[in-house]
Amino acid sequence: MSIPLVTLLGRMTLAFLEAIGSVTSFALQSVRCALQPPWYRQQILRQMLEIGYYSLPIVGLTAIFTGMVLALQSYTGFARFSAESAIPNVVVVSLTRELGPVLAALMVAGRVGAAMAAEIGTMRVTEQIDALTTLSTNPYKYLVVPRLIAGVVTMPILVLIADIIGVLGGYLVGVYKLDFNDQAYLRNTLDFLQFQDVFSGLVKAAVFGFLITLMGCYHGYTSKGGAQGVGTATTNAVVSASALILTFNYFITEAFFAR
Amino acid sequence: MTSKISLRGVTKSFGPKKVLQGIDLDVAKGESMVVIGGSGTGKSVLLKCVLGLMRPDAGSIKIDDEETVALADGGRADVMRKFGMLFQGGALFDSLRVWENVAFGPIQSDGMKPAQAREVAIAKLGAVGLGPEIGELYPAELSGGMQKRVALARAIAREPEIIFFDEPTTGLDPIMADVINDLIVKCVSDLGATAVSITHDMASARKIGHRIAMLYDGKLIWQGRTADIDHSGDAHVDQFINGRAEGPIRMQVRRL
Repeated sequence: MSIPLVTLLGRMTLAFLEAIGSVTSFALQSVRCALQPPWYRQQILRQMLEIGYYSLPIVGLTAIFTGMVLALQSYTGFARFSAESAIPNVVVVSLTRELGPVLAALMVAGRVGAAMAAEIGTMRVTEQIDALTTLSTNPYKYLVVPRLIAGVVTMPILVLIADIIGVLGGYLVGVYKLDFNDQAYLRNTLDFLQFQDVFSGLVKAAVFGFLITLMGCYHGYTSKGGAQGVGTATTNAVVSASALILTFNYFITEAFFAR
Repeated sequence: MTSKISLRGVTKSFGPKKVLQGIDLDVAKGESMVVIGGSGTGKSVLLKCVLGLMRPDAGSIKIDDEETVALADGGRADVMRKFGMLFQGGALFDSLRVWENVAFGPIQSDGMKPAQAREVAIAKLGAVGLGPEIGELYPAELSGGMQKRVALARAIAREPEIIFFDEPTTGLDPIMADVINDLIVKCVSDLGATAVSITHDMASARKIGHRIAMLYDGKLIWQGRTADIDHSGDAHVDQFINGRAEGPIRMQVRRL
């Protein structure tokens, strides 16, 4: 009874370590390729448009309702202690430090990570990636690097926009539903906001952008076995990116704010 | 005569499964070699090893007397410059138009200007019997036979010294298969290229091959001139070329 359990545990541990090793070597290879020419500028621009611009509606929607619900929830709590004036501050700090980057990244992981894994996975199973190699084009440089660069560059911009839209959501609920003075709300928002609150959120965004695109590319690149393999790759890309986002979020927060 | 491609003792295993067990093969310059063998006998693995898409476990693969097995990125890209490859499913880039597919190598790898590469692409499409209007379509809009032609145009776009054909006629009707065979013969002789094809279509093998080698159980069990294949004296070869279910070859069930 106990022997099969130990075997299973050992097998799972080995598989886990093997996956970590494989992802790490994929990431190192990609970064090495990213540092050497040629760079495919057109591909980078296309991916930036795909990741940044086309994600704006969904990220904006997420941000505005998050800001609104934050204001509403903290009001119902803080009113008990007559601490309503802290609400603008709670909204802006929660958004810039945590909810802006994390929720935007989770939405982008679902939208972009999945699409990347499916596209690259299909290219893998239809031999298009091998075809790139035979045309003297390094698939890491042509497929992976542009996505990684686009992810790292556009996610912070996306999160900055999400922060602003989220604060706007909080402002709308605060002023029009909870009867805050509009001047006072804005003043309370900006007075307590520190550079580090926003900056840590943008660093998170860049890291999450890397993780999302890395997972999308890795799972697509290593997929095999036809349509089913591509389906599995897509699921794995989203699940692993989401898990990594939440994990890295904790450690980046600790690096910035733990004393 | 020196060999364009020379393989010595090439082996490749996947786990416990020994796919290639010591392949020795020489292909002379300008020669068209066809490797035949049943499904799952490792023909594709052999081709991928020569192309550098897979690394053999042991053995030597020389192209123009240059050892290629251990080549890294830069040197590999230089060797790739000599190759053209026609993939079994075409492997056309579906996000690009037909002419962009054909012009991909010249533009991305050789730094040709798009306008000039477009003319090259249209010329190559003409060489495989397709008009310039086809160039504006996307690969998904083409039939299987048309896709094969475009893939052939892409394979010859950089005027390679060596062209590989991976089951060029699989999935085509007999007439279209013969059209593709004719095009392959014509393109190879026009370019003066060396060709290596893998196929299990004997009509195709007889038509495009100067020489034929048969892969069975990880080894090349017979090789010789195309004209000699009907009296090879090998029971395996006889069974294969006559397509008989009964004989020394047992069918591989699991794919490699």
